[in-house]
Order: sequence, then structure tokens, then C-alpha cells
Amino acid sequence: MATRFGIVQFPGSCDETDTLLACSRVGDAELLWHKDTDLGGVDVVVLPGGFSYGDYLRVGAIVQFAPIMGAVAEHAAGGGLVLGICNGFQVLTEAGLLPGALLPNTNLRFTCQQADLIVENTETPFTHESAPGEIISVPAKHGAGRFYAPPELLAQIEDGGQVLLRYAEGHNFNGSVNDIAGVTNEGRNVFGLMPHPEHAVDPLTGSDDALKLFHSLASAAPMAVGSGDMT
Amino acid sequence: MLTMKAQVLIRPKQGILDPQGLAVEEALPALGFSGVSNVHVGRLVELEVDDPAQLDAMCEKLLANPLIEDFEVVLSDSSGA
Repeated sequence: MATRFGIVQFPGSCDETDTLLACSRVGDAELLWHKDTDLGGVDVVVLPGGFSYGDYLRVGAIVQFAPIMGAVAEHAAGGGLVLGICNGFQVLTEAGLLPGALLPNTNLRFTCQQADLIVENTETPFTHESAPGEIISVPAKHGAGRFYAPPELLAQIEDGGQVLLRYAEGHNFNGSVNDIAGVTNEGRNVFGLMPHPEHAVDPLTGSDDALKLFHSLASAAPMAVGSGDMT
Repeated sequence: MLTMKAQVLIRPKQGILDPQGLAVEEALPALGFSGVSNVHVGRLVELEVDDPAQLDAMCEKLLANPLIEDFEVVLSDSSGA
């Protein structure tokens, strides 16, 4: 049975269509609306990039109270898979589903560039089809992507193998601590990253390196505890 | 109803790089203002509340992100009649 992906569309989302197309390559994908209060039984929830609620107050701050976020938190708590891309990552940290915070880039600019990423921990539903140390080329485009965690939390994230992606040398343009580009939660079922894997699934746009991430998700989803197929 | 005016001052936590503050600090000498240091840029939220006791919780939950920001609540005169 094909894995079902649900991509949440918030007011101000802008990458939901590319995410939908990327997920459609490996499974069935549909859009979910921010005012929905249930996830319609999808296996994987994806929070796409964009500028939800206009980035008012702080990036990702307002959206954590969107009606659908209760169901997303419940899905995550039950072991279901959640992926947050760019703004989706910011939202997940604000909602407390992922550790750390995303601060304005040190260069104070909205920066758009191709970034080389090193896949660190491959023993997760998101990265199990990659080899440890593998380098993937993925576009990144954001103004507030500087990952930060205070020293104690950072040590916990590092020791727990929660860093899944790091910027390769010379590619940490936003000033993230320890070159961190993507982290997972302790349960390893929620993952957030600043670069955009959904824009790197076809050689036509320069790289299909991130297709593996979606394949990983599609094959891991049926095993995840919170999978819609099992409820 | 008696409401209280409040100001919530939100600042980047000490020790976290504040590129906005740094940019302002570097811009001032360029305009001829010397002797400026330790510039930090934060946010000011003004609000009127019925129950000021809730302000701390409001800050922790929404107005500030305690991981990266400090906040200070300043209450002023009641504005209700």
C-alpha cells in the first residue's frame, strides 16, 4: 500500500506544491488545510516552506496555534512521522516538537543558494537510504535559518545522534551552530531542516540528491507507530 | 472595566550573536556618531490587559521565545475609567 503524505497548507505557505509533487514521486500525496482538525489518516505529515502568518512576531510563532497543529502534535506523540522544511522546521521548533530555535542569518540577508549537506545519522526513518557521510546538494533559501541551541541542549542533541544533516565546509552561510542543517527529536520521528529537499528531486533543476530522503520516508512510514494505516 | 497598560520588552539573550545590533553598532560611527557600544535590537509589544498576572504566561507562550530571548514586563497606569 502506498505511503500517504499530507502537506499542510498555511496562509503564507509557498512550497506546498513542490512538496506535493516530490512526495507524489514516492507515494500518494494530498494537501491538508490549516483549519482542519484531523489529518485524514495520512502516514507522514509535512510542514512546507514559506512565510506562514507573514512571519509576524517571530518566524513560526503564530502558526503553532493553527487548528491543525493539535493533530500534528498528537500524530508526533504517537510516533507518527513529521517532516518540517524551512518554515516548517521553524514552526516545529516553536511548537516544541523539535529542539532549538532558528535565528536570523548572521549576514542579515535572505540568502538563496545551493548547499552541500553531509548526512550524519542514517539510522532514522528520514535518512536510512543514505550512507553516513554522504554529501547531497540541496537548495536553501531563507532569512532566518541560523540554528541555535544553548550549550547544554546542544550537547544533548549531538550526543543523542539527533543531528541528521550538517552543512559541508564552506556551505554554512547562515551561521548555524556546529554547522547544523537538520535535526530530529529524541524519538527520531520528527525531522526539521532548513534546506529544501523538495526542490532537489529531479536532475532538471540541478540535483535529485534529496529524492532518497523521500524514498526513506515512504519505506519507513508503514513501520512507524503512528501510521495512518494502523489506526 | 479596569485594564492595565503594559509594555513587554523583548531582547535577544546575552551571549547569542545579535547581527542586527551589530549592524546598527557599525552603522552609527559611519554616520559620525562615536562612542557607541553594546547595541542590541529587540522588540516592544504594547498591550492592555484585564489581568496582568497572565502577562508572564503570555510572554512564555507567545510573545517571546525563552530559549533565545529575555523579556521584561513594565506595567503603567490603568487606562480604564
